[in-house]
Amino acid sequence: MTPPLTLFEKIWRRHSILERPDGQTLLYIDRHLIHDGYQPAFEFLHDRGLRPRAPHRIFGTPDHYVPTTHRDVVQISDPERRHMVEDLARNTAAEGITMFGLDDQRQGIVHVIGPEQGITQPGITLVCGDSHTSTHGALGALAFGIGMTEVTHVLATQALWQRQPKTMRIAVDGTLSAGVSAKDVILAIIAKIGAAGATGHVIEYAGSAIRALSLEGRLTICNMSIEAGARAGMIAPDDTTFDYLHARPYAPSGEAWDRALERWRELPSDPEAAFNTEVSFDAAEIAPMVTWGTSPQDAAPIDARVPDPAQASSAVRRDAISRALAYMDLTPGTPLAEIAIDRVFLGSCTNSRIEDLRVAASIVDGRRVAPRVEAWVVPGSSLVKAQAEAEGLDRIFKTAGFEWREAGCSMCLGTNGEIAAPGERCASTSNRNFAGRQGPGARTHLMSPAMAAAAAVKGHLTDVRRLLEK
Amino acid sequence: MQPFRNLKSLALPIPQPNVDTDQILPARFLHKPRKDGYSQYLFRDLRRLIERPEFPQPKILIAAENFGCGSSRENAVWALADYGFRVIIAPSFGDIFYSNCLKNGLLPVPLRADVVAAILAATQPQTLYVDLFSQTVTIPDGTRYGFDIDLFAKQCLLRGVDELGYTLTLLPQIEEFEKAHPET
Repeated sequence: MTPPLTLFEKIWRRHSILERPDGQTLLYIDRHLIHDGYQPAFEFLHDRGLRPRAPHRIFGTPDHYVPTTHRDVVQISDPERRHMVEDLARNTAAEGITMFGLDDQRQGIVHVIGPEQGITQPGITLVCGDSHTSTHGALGALAFGIGMTEVTHVLATQALWQRQPKTMRIAVDGTLSAGVSAKDVILAIIAKIGAAGATGHVIEYAGSAIRALSLEGRLTICNMSIEAGARAGMIAPDDTTFDYLHARPYAPSGEAWDRALERWRELPSDPEAAFNTEVSFDAAEIAPMVTWGTSPQDAAPIDARVPDPAQASSAVRRDAISRALAYMDLTPGTPLAEIAIDRVFLGSCTNSRIEDLRVAASIVDGRRVAPRVEAWVVPGSSLVKAQAEAEGLDRIFKTAGFEWREAGCSMCLGTNGEIAAPGERCASTSNRNFAGRQGPGARTHLMSPAMAAAAAVKGHLTDVRRLLEK
Repeated sequence: MQPFRNLKSLALPIPQPNVDTDQILPARFLHKPRKDGYSQYLFRDLRRLIERPEFPQPKILIAAENFGCGSSRENAVWALADYGFRVIIAPSFGDIFYSNCLKNGLLPVPLRADVVAAILAATQPQTLYVDLFSQTVTIPDGTRYGFDIDLFAKQCLLRGVDELGYTLTLLPQIEEFEKAHPET
């Protein structure tokens, strides 16, 4: 009899090709998502006279370097950035790799289109040269980000050497209050366990509040696993997962769907399975969260105040808070809900799916973006954009004064040149508030789509629950 | 990949936790060609951290916990390596960053937190000796501290070779695995 296993252990064992004497496992990789940052990987590969070994397991789309004001590659004015987008198109065409190009409605942020196209499936291993690959674990896959040398290794061999990580179970039980979303849950988790709280671990999110989340909400949670240092984040597949996947273009169909369902139902962690670490949260205690500092762990409920470094638990922490507050230009004791903003960015692989846009639109509907605030909506994929337009969400945003843009990573990290100005303060639904993340000197406050929408109409960070009472 | 055996150097201190790869290599340089070099982009918005006259040509960087957290960008490691660093010492690292270091001849040394804290708190520049073969760091008073590294990664670093050549010899096993698992 096999011992009780976790979801992660089942997938790990199933994909282990062999083990090296030093304990490293050669892991088989089922799917590889690639984007327009892959120019160095193809160059490394070609320098060694190699080619992708399994092109049918690779799916590409440009997201990091694409403009969100138009869809014409030729019009990307910076030649080096244009080259990144063109290089992906050239390499995928040359190797017979499926590609959702800029002129394809299926284009989008790689972590949005994987699930959207049904490429991401329960029980698979999936990698991408991007740390937010943890997103895909929301469907019960083992998915993690890797660097360009490892990317080259996967392209050449379809396998990767990995040391088996530890397991951590984070249970969130109870019911979330109105105005509290998946983003608030993950920010509350990171605030508690810290930016290195899950280093070396794969997190499995469990509990009734996680089960009750939509697939989109689960993607948001798993997306930010890396911000707690985790190798990956996962959620056991269930009917929510299967309903989401059914009839997606690359999901199995017909008899293959039935066989897949049988396998997928075996994946959830066995009841007696042991985790290296267990943490639990009460969903009812989680409030809408915002970050005040320069690490995702610097998150607090919106009714809190900017912390005082003098009251920090250690000298290192005191210095870190002081540095963060200096960068963020914040004074200890200021109510978070009084912090005025210049920009709103509603987008990124964390929060740019149709559900995110619906929630934000419901807050914005009948209201106006505050004077002097520049607010953007950047849908996660061209299909999300089309869906939102079919529902009339674009009109709500535009009427309120938002810019309605094309799909891409955009101002989450600004690799395409779309950045905030030095000193500008941005309410952002993205995943990182690192110094300079949204542009040199730009100041980022992370929050949910509902909270970002509320900030847009108020002109300052605000408790979205007040706006629900209209 | 440049081999690494041992070295003695001043250790440039960055006494901050959670130094993320966006600080090490800002995203606006990610599209720069690898072969043009990344030295000039290292800590581009925090250049004062590394340009310190009392630490001429440092080959060791020492920082507080969770160094290299955040983005998977290997460009951060290229920038550190191109600038001349060969060793990064910290109590802990971002997982992907740690792995990226090993692939580029840059030795990541996870060292006891109290030892790192003492070196970071020193008022005088500290010269450290790092030996990969014995997996030890020797501090100025002569005390030696051990650190962990996977055996294969160590061999690769000592010889200056990467994993890919070895894995390519295992292609028959990979093909066999694929045949045995047709459903994936």
